[in-house]
Amino acid sequence: MNKQITRLALTGVGMIVALVVATTYWQAWAAGDLADRQDNQIERVAQFTIDRGEIRGNGVVWARNRAEKKGGRTFYFRVYPQRGLAAHVVGYSTQERFRTGLERSMNDYLTGQNANLSTVLETFVDKAKGATIKGNALRLTLVPRAQRAAQNALGRRCGAVVALEPDTGKVLAMYSSPTYNPNLVEENFDQVTSVTAECRRPDALLNRATAGLYAPGSIFKVVTASAAIDAGRFQPDSEFVDPGYCEVYGKRVNNYDTTRPFGRLDLHTALVNSVNSVFCNIGKELGARFLVEYMKRFGFYALPPLETPADERAPSGIYKGTKLFDPAADTDVDPGRLAFGQERLLVTPLQMAMVAATIANDGVVMKPQVIDRIVAPDGKVLVRSKPEVLDRAIKPATARAVGAMMKDAVAEGTGTAAQISGFTVAGKTGTAETGIAGLNTTWFIAYAGKNRPQVAIAAVVEQQNSTGGQTAAPVARDVLQAILGSTANS
Amino acid sequence: MSLRNRELLNLIAVGLLTAIGFASVYIAGSEPSELDATSLTYAGIFMALYLAAHFVVRYAAPYADPVLLPLAALLSAIGVTLIYRLEPDDAFRQSLWIVIGVVLFSLTLLALRRDYRILEQYKYLFGITAILLMVLPALPGIGQTINGARLWVKVGSFQFQPGELAKIFLIIFLAGYLRDKREVLAQGRLKDFGPLFLIWGAAMLVLVQTNDLGSALLQFGIFLAMLYVATGRAAYALAGLALFVGGAAFVYRYVPHVQERVTIWLNPWTDDPVFCAQTGEFALRQDCGSFQLVKSLYSIGNGGFAGTGLGKGTFTTTGGDPIIPYLNTDFIYSAIAQELGLVGAAGLLLVFMLFVARGFRVALLADDGFSKLLAAGLTFGLALQTFIIVGGVLRVIPLTGITLPFVSYGGSSVVANFILLALLLLVSNRANMQAARGRT
Repeated sequence: MNKQITRLALTGVGMIVALVVATTYWQAWAAGDLADRQDNQIERVAQFTIDRGEIRGNGVVWARNRAEKKGGRTFYFRVYPQRGLAAHVVGYSTQERFRTGLERSMNDYLTGQNANLSTVLETFVDKAKGATIKGNALRLTLVPRAQRAAQNALGRRCGAVVALEPDTGKVLAMYSSPTYNPNLVEENFDQVTSVTAECRRPDALLNRATAGLYAPGSIFKVVTASAAIDAGRFQPDSEFVDPGYCEVYGKRVNNYDTTRPFGRLDLHTALVNSVNSVFCNIGKELGARFLVEYMKRFGFYALPPLETPADERAPSGIYKGTKLFDPAADTDVDPGRLAFGQERLLVTPLQMAMVAATIANDGVVMKPQVIDRIVAPDGKVLVRSKPEVLDRAIKPATARAVGAMMKDAVAEGTGTAAQISGFTVAGKTGTAETGIAGLNTTWFIAYAGKNRPQVAIAAVVEQQNSTGGQTAAPVARDVLQAILGSTANS
Repeated sequence: MSLRNRELLNLIAVGLLTAIGFASVYIAGSEPSELDATSLTYAGIFMALYLAAHFVVRYAAPYADPVLLPLAALLSAIGVTLIYRLEPDDAFRQSLWIVIGVVLFSLTLLALRRDYRILEQYKYLFGITAILLMVLPALPGIGQTINGARLWVKVGSFQFQPGELAKIFLIIFLAGYLRDKREVLAQGRLKDFGPLFLIWGAAMLVLVQTNDLGSALLQFGIFLAMLYVATGRAAYALAGLALFVGGAAFVYRYVPHVQERVTIWLNPWTDDPVFCAQTGEFALRQDCGSFQLVKSLYSIGNGGFAGTGLGKGTFTTTGGDPIIPYLNTDFIYSAIAQELGLVGAAGLLLVFMLFVARGFRVALLADDGFSKLLAAGLTFGLALQTFIIVGGVLRVIPLTGITLPFVSYGGSSVVANFILLALLLLVSNRANMQAARGRT
């Protein structure tokens, strides 16, 4: 019988070896995937025992901890002192609703799980001593005054504002309305989700600044003009005749105001006064694929980089249903309507702020960054954000030419409401039809500064019955003023 | 050094480990960190208990294997430490059960110290009792359904799982019966298999009645293993396995509980809501049927390489509600894996492996068929039971509620395993004694 017993013994030992292998699989190989699952309640609770890193910047605390002792353990719950002021960027970290925003995407740093050698060492020592693990703190680039200006300017209207520093890509303002109070997410989620504002999508958690997709309307003419001039096909003084409409595929496309055709005019004047027919003809001349190529240079058709979670951002471009559509042939898309920002074009405020910043930055697209630096518990800076070039979209001369048109648009054209005394403001208005008569998506993109461009901005206001010049331009102006004012003081 | 002195040294090492374990649980739970004498009382009582067991072994089975008792002590110490950390009240009860277990262990040793092979004469009594015990939970009135499986018997306030004891009786019966019939069985005449088919039928019946794949798999696995050891015919074992799979497939089709367990095992996570039988609404499966398994995997994954440390694991929400149900019993391995990490969990499995290896060594050294079959059966039973519950928790096989020998909270399990240990030591004692006499 000994032969059989030996074999049975091997089977028995083999079964236990299999268990060791399976345990190793779950604890080493699959542990990361398990930890990342949203329904992993143990991981969520365990993370509350970590002294999570604070999120602050420019004099305010965006997120701090409230230590609470329960059952012999200390839990660190999040408190958001600024409530809804930058809720969509900062996000929340809760037990029941998981995490969003930077709280989610930067969780590894905030909980000291990042792979930087010094953090790994410190966490290991803390763990071995049984001490509380301390996370790393974030310092944001957001300017609190600008956030407050955006909040006040938008009021109960739905929309978003994104402001960037043109030469660095720093996000100076990012506000989405309606906002929500992240302190209520854990305890009173119903109050967070019940939105009374009349939005196109009544979702308070949606970050409209990075994931809100809107028809751009006339602000897109900045891209069209850039493409036309950059390729050398048109000049600011190229002559056009405006009959008040433009014919595309045998159909008339009207100007915003058809009663006053401009007659003979040049490209510069056409942008200053936002004449659809001129851009329609340019679009027909350039073709849809050519325009799409230039859009890509500005960052369209790609997820705009930012430190927030990827699924809280959306790429801009032509959409077919819910999917991005890259036309294979010029005939796939109506180039005339595309050129002045209609067709099936959908853009995010972040992308349009990047367009404005690119014009302000001599045609170079900078990577938007909302985190200035990451600081270890001992005060040492772990990561410091450096300005990063994404792409050169257009030549410096093109940028200057388009910038000159935008300046005149504010000085004497459609965007006069954005004027700020003592500063040069260059901007472009946009009023996109939503398909419902009398309800427009209104836009304003701009950059401003004293001697050089200091800030670029995009503001969108949903469901308005007037124009971008009347609704969005004042919002942008308030935020610009807040930023320019605070930089002037500093 | 004599076998018994080696055992004593091993036990002292285990005692020290236990003291350290209790101390760390206590320190982790207290603020500021300090040590209290009461926490060490457990370790002290523990040590005294096993010393008593040791002296009984010294008297009743002086030649017995010196490693098995310390390994069992270590496993039960790990168990009590974890239970103390999770539910201090249960730890007290578990300690009482260990005391009862050690008493029964001693009684078994003392009663059978002259010749345990007397059990062989009562094999049919053991066989019939085993079947009765298995069927007991299915009887209306005293049977209890807990966590979907009907494994419990409740008489008054006294509650126990007869399956644990049935396992040992079954092994005694099989050892006696198979030693008797191994030659004729090896010839392969169908009529000799009658009683064995009866056992197979009983196992299947138990499976249907108790809704418990784990117990059926355990009983049947032990049966096949012993049949193989007795006859040396691997074909029997394979045919038996085929029968079991066939039977299980049949049961799978017609018993929803078993069906659900398999579905959960194959797809614990869903992206879209599925029908949830428990609530009658649609929900993600990880929030419904498979939440126990999924949470247990999260617990294991959270432990990582080194674990959170004793007393530092996460088993409740910040509000204090338990996250994993049956943490003390079915899922104690998930708790160990989280707090002690891969190092500790693998260490625990190595202790089991060592126990199993020593048990089979006893079977190899024994010089008669009954002893060999008994030792091999008992050892394989313990190995298979470990595999079924830990394998279930690790999603290697469908999860079925069964205790982790010596570690899980549960009186019936503790008592049964101490009797198992006593029988192994008796076999070992006799084998080593024979060998020693042979040498002189």
